[in-house]
Amino acid sequence: MNALMEMPYQVVPFLVLALPLAGFTVLALFGDSIKRGKPYETTGAGYLACGTVIVAFLLAAWSVRSLLGLGVRAEDLRFAQPSLGWPPGDPERWPLAWISVGGLEIPFALLLDPLSSLLLLVVTGIGSLIHVYSLGYMAHDEDRVRYFSYLNLFTFFMLVLVLAGNLPLMFVGWEGVGLCSYLLIGFWFKKKSASDAGKKAFIVNRIGDAGLILGMIVAFHAFGTLDLVDIASNAGSLTPDRLGQVGAITAVCLLLFVGAAGKSAQIPLHVWLPDAMEGPTPVSALIHAATMVTAGVYMVARLAPLYHASPTASVVVAVIGAATALMAATIAMVQTDIKKVLAYSTVSQLGFMFLAAGSGAYGAAVFHLFTHAFFKALLFLGSGSVIHAMGGEQDIRKMGGLLKKIPVTGATFAIGTAAIAGVPFLSGFYSKEEILAGTLGAPALGPLLLGVGLFTAGLTAFYMTRLFVLTFLGRFRGDLETEHHLHESPMSMLVPLCLLAVGSIVTGWHWLIDVPGFLQPVFRLPEAHVHHVGWLMPAAIGVALAGIAVAAFLYTLYADVPARLKERLGGVYRVLDAKYGFDRAYDAFASRVVVGGSETLLWKGIDTSVIDRAVNGAGEVTAAVSRRVRLLQSGVVRGYALVILMGTVAILGYLMWPR
Amino acid sequence: MRGALLTVLVFAPVAGALLIALLPRGAVRAQKMLGLGVTSVVFLLSLLLVRDFRTEPGMQFEVMRPWLPSVGISYHVGVDGISMWLVMLTTFLTPIALLGSWSSITDRVREFNVFMLLLEAGMVGVFVSLDLFLFYIFWEAMLIPMYFLIGIWGHERRIYAAVKFFLYTMAGSVLMLVAFLVLYRAAGLNTFDIVALTRARVDPALQMWLFAAFALAFAIKVPMWPFHTWLPDAHVEAPTAGSVILAGVLLKMGGYGFLRLAFPLFPEAAARFAPWIGLLAVIGIVYGALVSLVQPDLKKLVAYSSVSHLGFVMLGIASFTTTAVTGAIYQMLNHGISTGALFLMVGMLYDRRHTRQIAAFGGLKAVMPWFAAVFLMVTLSSIAVPGFNGFVGEFLILLGSFGRTLTGGWSTALVCVAVSGVILAAAYMLWMVQRVFYGEVTDPHNASLPDLDLREGVVLVPLVVLALVMGVLSPYFTSRIEPAVASLVVNVHGRQFVQPVAADAGAPSERGR
Repeated sequence: MNALMEMPYQVVPFLVLALPLAGFTVLALFGDSIKRGKPYETTGAGYLACGTVIVAFLLAAWSVRSLLGLGVRAEDLRFAQPSLGWPPGDPERWPLAWISVGGLEIPFALLLDPLSSLLLLVVTGIGSLIHVYSLGYMAHDEDRVRYFSYLNLFTFFMLVLVLAGNLPLMFVGWEGVGLCSYLLIGFWFKKKSASDAGKKAFIVNRIGDAGLILGMIVAFHAFGTLDLVDIASNAGSLTPDRLGQVGAITAVCLLLFVGAAGKSAQIPLHVWLPDAMEGPTPVSALIHAATMVTAGVYMVARLAPLYHASPTASVVVAVIGAATALMAATIAMVQTDIKKVLAYSTVSQLGFMFLAAGSGAYGAAVFHLFTHAFFKALLFLGSGSVIHAMGGEQDIRKMGGLLKKIPVTGATFAIGTAAIAGVPFLSGFYSKEEILAGTLGAPALGPLLLGVGLFTAGLTAFYMTRLFVLTFLGRFRGDLETEHHLHESPMSMLVPLCLLAVGSIVTGWHWLIDVPGFLQPVFRLPEAHVHHVGWLMPAAIGVALAGIAVAAFLYTLYADVPARLKERLGGVYRVLDAKYGFDRAYDAFASRVVVGGSETLLWKGIDTSVIDRAVNGAGEVTAAVSRRVRLLQSGVVRGYALVILMGTVAILGYLMWPR
Repeated sequence: MRGALLTVLVFAPVAGALLIALLPRGAVRAQKMLGLGVTSVVFLLSLLLVRDFRTEPGMQFEVMRPWLPSVGISYHVGVDGISMWLVMLTTFLTPIALLGSWSSITDRVREFNVFMLLLEAGMVGVFVSLDLFLFYIFWEAMLIPMYFLIGIWGHERRIYAAVKFFLYTMAGSVLMLVAFLVLYRAAGLNTFDIVALTRARVDPALQMWLFAAFALAFAIKVPMWPFHTWLPDAHVEAPTAGSVILAGVLLKMGGYGFLRLAFPLFPEAAARFAPWIGLLAVIGIVYGALVSLVQPDLKKLVAYSSVSHLGFVMLGIASFTTTAVTGAIYQMLNHGISTGALFLMVGMLYDRRHTRQIAAFGGLKAVMPWFAAVFLMVTLSSIAVPGFNGFVGEFLILLGSFGRTLTGGWSTALVCVAVSGVILAAAYMLWMVQRVFYGEVTDPHNASLPDLDLREGVVLVPLVVLALVMGVLSPYFTSRIEPAVASLVVNVHGRQFVQPVAADAGAPSERGR
């Protein structure tokens, strides 16, 4: 028997899931009574929430460590699918299914393989740090019991997403994290902008989810299964169907990618993520940088053999990714809100990941997902520490010189900036280099994709350096009172920053963790021949350093140049400042076409003026007739009963009448 | 007991109604207690149905007694997997509706309880009848208490709404009655027995006319677009209990009628009309959702959302595959639970503020946190977030309606359009939630609204728990629905639509092949 079928592997993943769910349940049901008790007891809620996630992390680390020890091969993955059954532990047990109708069988099956275990570690590990950070960050919020309950619920759904063994179960996590994102973006629900942003996030994600649902339906009809391992292992040998084999695969890939684009904020569904910054900053770090938004990348990587079988779909993924990366990077250059810069940066980095996945470099995509989780969580938490110090101010034009005031935050932020900018020997450098090398393996347009990737890497270095310089260097540009209150954050916030800074440095080191190599069996592809072109690494280093240098010069020594550029290039600036007009166009469509059209054309038009007028007209004719036979309309129950009785007798008479 | 159970479930409420009618007018509390007691006992008894139900096709708990043998009318009752859960839905929602309007009905309490019990008897009767004549009697009998519930305990425009409701459904019923009689003559079996008539072959040309008559009656009842305009008025004017029963159970009569009568009696006609039914269903999904989006009145919003949800149900029925029809029946149950809960909660808001205008609210989450939390959960059930019941139903319907179905070449297009209902549902529900619960409290009347009390909690908790249980453990329910549906599908087509093409031997194969 395979070692993976032994008890711990079958039980531990479910235990990992159960912990945060239990935390949420306790906080949701009893949080209210905790709150009514003594105020200090609410910190207990925070400790409970942190505890469940930390223990989940330890369990996950243990199981991943033993998984590594076993040396899992692709053929073994079927055994790595623990599922719920009754009675538990019995090999002949009846499998508990979530859905079971017709040929559709959706068991509660998980999948613990290198890919999901890597994500498992990211979610619980970075999740733990952010839970701890929240202890300090949310210490003064009266509603933090609710906050921690949502955070635990999010962790649960995110774990369902990455551990699910089939697409519909993954969709449970997928929509579940979307729900938590909705709740947490709108956490300060009294603020209109917050509840607007939450609603927008949910609805835009639903557009993607509609595609994902259709994708699952087509996949089931084409492949006869929704099991992730079955789909992946059969992708190469699928029987041709009515749609034609390649047609069906392309359709499935593209539909699922609509879902991925929604969740991972790719063009044209990227508009919700910048608005999502209305949520508390740790939420931005956890959900809108490190974990949830990478779910789309995870799904594409998870179905690598399927995307590999459809060059058309792959090119679409790569092109959308490259376009999103470029577009978001250009917008990030003109943002003045510290979190908005990071949000567009996240959109851009997600684009990089799809660029890699679409080019067939799935390992590079997940590698960047992994390193990005560290440095972007670091940057967001750092920005939270800055905002904390600034008393809620987020405008970088009012900051400056903060490095001296909040040195730990500043130093760790510098590491994060260097990592994302692609400075050699830091994590982001390695994963980005891998992506750029991977683009040449794209089914088409390779050189173009590489060019866009390199250019965007330069832009990334530019806008991140700009952000760092404006925030931490130079003179303080805020008011005196804010300056007076500047203070470094408490230890609960600084320790996570330092740990993430370490992660941002070392996670790219191949000799320490070889992420692409670790993941290779999952993708079931022939050993990817990476096109290591000799000039690529120097070029990547070159654009990164160039971006940093230009931004550093522009925003320190020649501080008047950006303003002059803004004047000279007014048109370009306005386009960037308007974020290419997506929001305006969507808002106009939603309010004028959808709401306006529904109200005037459908409701007041068709319903009231056409259908009801016809019905009332018929009613009036009836009424006119019945005015003549008014005597019958007594309006008394007995009267109606009598009529009904007479009718019945008449019908019976008709029936009994001999034919 | 097994034989008499259905008869007890039908006539116990009638007996209860008689008892309440005998109580003195002033004994309001006794009337309420008796109403709640009888319906609760009926619910407990109906649990025996679930316990003793066998997971197999065909009628169970069957009783057949000659009634008017000369014309072939008999007292024939029984349930299969299709009707059993609908009976359960009825017996479950009736005591909840009564408890939900415990304090909001103060006028003519005795009559209110009598009508509610008679309504329950009529509804259960429709679902268990296996004789066309009996079916028709219950069908009409159910109309009358509902008419009075709207007309007496309704709001400002109750008479208009009640008459509109009555005329709309009567128009359908009369056509259906004529079709019954023509069918009786045409089949030439001298029987009104539904099971026997299903085996008869009616001339295909005549089938078209008869199916059209049945379909119109049922389409009004569902209601399908464009026969839906009675529904918003009836809902807005009805008292809370009326809305709960109307949305929860009465709207299921149409879909049930299609499944029990129209499709099995006229299979050739059904195949011909199915694409058109699918088309109207999908128009209903999108149209209902869009109109729901712009409603200023909470009850109207929920009413139009029902048009959209029932569109999904009808799409599943029109597609007529095992998966889709099972999903449609599941979705009927889900809609009864989630929309029943929504109407109850809108009623609770109305009891507090005497308005249902969305604009009158805002910021209630801060004032009534538990109410807001439960409302959000019901919303999630309604917009089919996985983990709640609604997702299972919608997913089965969409999945089963794709590919080779009774809607033929239209199936792909229908599913692609229907899926947009998923997006629109999130839009209209979450926008409403935002306007009612989020933001600052702007109206001082809202500043001190009481949160859920114990009675309201008792009313809502079973619904929310059931929504979650049905969302997580669906096979418990669908395994009892599926055999009946599979045999229905085979009987109508003479064959099963083989849905998925299994990719390998390890993949699950279509059951009942």
